Amino acid sequence: MGMNLTLKVWRQNGSSDEGRMVTYKVEDVSPDMSFLEMLDVLNERLILEGDDPVAFDHDCREGICGMCGMVINGVAHGEQRATTTCQLHMRHFEDGAEITIEPWRAAPFPVVKDLVVDRSAFDRIIQAGGFISVPAGSAPDAHSVPVKKDDADAAFDAATCIGCGACVAACPNGSASLFTAAKITHLGLLPQGQPERDSRAKAMVEQMDMEGFGGCTNTGECTAVCPKGIPLDTIARMNADYLKASK
Amino acid sequence: MAVTGAILVLFLVGHMVGNLKSFFGADSFNHYAEWLRTVGSPAVPNRVLLTVVEIALVLAVALHMWSAVSLARRASKARPVKYAAKRKSQANGYATHTMRYGGVIIVLFVVWHLLDMTFGAVNPEGFDAEPYDRLVAGFDPSRWWVTLFYVVAMIMVGLHLRHGLWSAFQTLGLASGRSYGKLKAAAALVSLVLVVGFLAVPVGVMIGVIK
Repeated sequence: MGMNLTLKVWRQNGSSDEGRMVTYKVEDVSPDMSFLEMLDVLNERLILEGDDPVAFDHDCREGICGMCGMVINGVAHGEQRATTTCQLHMRHFEDGAEITIEPWRAAPFPVVKDLVVDRSAFDRIIQAGGFISVPAGSAPDAHSVPVKKDDADAAFDAATCIGCGACVAACPNGSASLFTAAKITHLGLLPQGQPERDSRAKAMVEQMDMEGFGGCTNTGECTAVCPKGIPLDTIARMNADYLKASK
Repeated sequence: MAVTGAILVLFLVGHMVGNLKSFFGADSFNHYAEWLRTVGSPAVPNRVLLTVVEIALVLAVALHMWSAVSLARRASKARPVKYAAKRKSQANGYATHTMRYGGVIIVLFVVWHLLDMTFGAVNPEGFDAEPYDRLVAGFDPSRWWVTLFYVVAMIMVGLHLRHGLWSAFQTLGLASGRSYGKLKAAAALVSLVLVVGFLAVPVGVMIGVIK
C-alpha cells in the first residue's frame, strides 16, 4: 500500500518568470522512497503526460555532495534533523499529507528554475580566502606538523560543511554566517591555516556582505537545520578572527 | 548591538537597585533621587555626572536602534521573496524572535516612562512633586492600565535580555561551544532578576506595601 500525497511545488520557468505554487497529486508512494525519489515518481508522470518535469538539484543522493536541498513545509531539508533532502525518507510523512516544497529563498541565491538556485555566491566567498597557500608538491608526512587532538576534531567538524546553503535558507536574516564561519574555523584551527588567518577572515566576511547576505543575529536557526550539524560557535570564532583582523 | 546593549544592561541593573529603595520609605527613595543629582559635588557641579550618563544612554539607545534597523533592512533585502509555508523556529528560540517587535514595545514604553516618572507630564502629581509621590501616584490602582503596560514592557525586556545577553558574547567572539550552557543560564538568571526586581515596585504599590 503506497502513500497518497498532495504536493504544492514552486514552479518558475527561469529567472525572468514570476513563479507560482502548483499543486500535484502523487499516488502510491512507497514509505521507503527518499524525498527525491518521490519527486522522480512525479517527474516521470509529468514527462509521460508531456509536461515539464520539476527541476531540482541532486547528485550523490547519499547526503555528502551538498547539491540537493529544498524547503519542505517551511523547513530547510525538512523537519528531520541532520539530514539532507536526499536522505529524508517518505516514512516521516503521513499518508494523505500536504507538502509544500520551495527553493532556498535568498537574493544572493537567484532561482535558476523551479527548485534550483544558483549558489555561485558561496564559490565567490571561498575564492575570497577559503584556502591555504602552500607550495604544491607531494603530500607531506602525516605527522610532520603536529595538531592538537581537540583542534583537529573541531576543524574536522567544521570541514564537514557540504555548502548546501540550508543555513541561508533557514536564517530569518538570510545570512551566510554559518557557511562562512565553518570554512574560517576549519582552516583557522589548523597550523597550516595560521599565516593567512587574519586576511582570510576579513576577505571572506567582506565577500559575504558584498554578495548581499543578511547579518547574523544569533538566532541559531542555521545550525538547527544544518545536515552536518555545524556548531554555532564557529560563528563566534569567525567574529573573533574578524574583529582581530579589523583592529 | 553588543556594545551598546551592554551599556544599557549596566544601566538597567543600577536603575533596578535604585528602584528597590522605594521599599525603604519616601525619605530613602527621595534621598537617592537627590544623590543622583549631587553625586561628585562639590568636585563637579550638581547634575554634571548625571547629564554625562544621560547623554551616554541616549547615544547608546540611538546606536542600538540604528544597528537594529540596519540589520532588519539587510534581512529584508536578503530575502525579497518570502516563503509560502509557515515557518516555525527549529532552534526553540522563542525569545530570539521577539527581538524586533519587542524592541519597538520597549522604546515606546521608555518614552511613556520618561513622560510619566521623569518629566511628570502624564503623571497625576506632575513635575514638581517629590519622586516618591510621583512613583506612588503613577502606579495607583486607578491607573491599572499604566501598571499593565509596565508589566508587559518588563516581560519584553526580560525576553530581550534572555537572547541579547548571551548573543552579545557570541557577537564579540567571546562565546564557545563549552561556554554556551553557562552563558545562556546566566542570561536567563540576570533577565529573571531584573524582571522580578523591576516588577516588585509596582506590585508593592498595588498591594499597599509602598504608599
